[in-house]
Amino acid sequence: MARFQIFVTYKKGIFDPPGATAERALVSLGYDEVSSVKIGTFIELEVEDGTPEARIAEMCDRLLANPVIQDYRIELVGEA
Amino acid sequence: MRFGVVVFPGSNCEQDVVHAVEVLGFEAGYIWHGDTDISGYGAIVLPGGFSYGDYIRCGAVARFSPVMAEVVRFAERGGPVIGICNGFQILTEAHLLPGALLRNRGLKFICRETTLRVEESACQWMDAEAGTVLRIPINHNEGNYICDPAALERMQSAGQIVLRYCEPDGSRAPGGSAPNGALDDIAGICNEGGNVFGLMPHPERVVDPVVGGTDGQGVFESIARRIQEVAG
Repeated sequence: MARFQIFVTYKKGIFDPPGATAERALVSLGYDEVSSVKIGTFIELEVEDGTPEARIAEMCDRLLANPVIQDYRIELVGEA
Repeated sequence: MRFGVVVFPGSNCEQDVVHAVEVLGFEAGYIWHGDTDISGYGAIVLPGGFSYGDYIRCGAVARFSPVMAEVVRFAERGGPVIGICNGFQILTEAHLLPGALLRNRGLKFICRETTLRVEESACQWMDAEAGTVLRIPINHNEGNYICDPAALERMQSAGQIVLRYCEPDGSRAPGGSAPNGALDDIAGICNEGGNVFGLMPHPERVVDPVVGGTDGQGVFESIARRIQEVAG
């Protein structure tokens, strides 16, 4: 079994309302060093060994992310 | 004239749509999302709600429902399709309309009446004259429309922007009139052919005068007139 982790975030320039709110909240709590917060989605997939990353990317493009507004990063984290 | 109203697991405005079109004297029928036969309907409605619990993204799963392949074919042949609220989100996920709908700017679910300006557009679902101000309620958490600048320019020049949030007098506030932060105050758009229309406001809720307004009637009447003209 192979394990992939996928990080989905908004594309650069796409306003991220939860991120912007968390950023304002952190600054108002006194964390003045914070200049940006991005909030995205974390997905972990277990798939058959040898599944190519291109296949995971296809899953992202079709369902797990919306390429119109989001970017994603795929990491292979383990193979049993 | 018969409207087909698609019911996904989690849709919750389908009865409102059926009631609205029946009040106007048209027929309506429900189409289960697993069905693949949508013949016999002059127009297809994707109603509001929370299809598939809004999991992953609003509309992301509904887009793959068996019925959607038929809806896409129907739309590509020029068949009239309207997506209201969650239905609009489904149409963008299905790439029948450009752009996407993000979480509302203020992170709040917004349920209230809005004023909307009718724009000059190719939309077959909107006969009202450009500049007309309609009062139609919104009821959503993800209505913050976004698209890339090139798509916005294309829509602008092709007459695809159908409705914009506005002030009660029809003007647009300098900081934007969209309660949800939508790009360019966009509340509703159509495809290049004008047959596919997506909007966040709920016209079906202001059709029957007993519920406090009739400004949504024109949407259903416009498309019915259009279909009768084509048939006649």
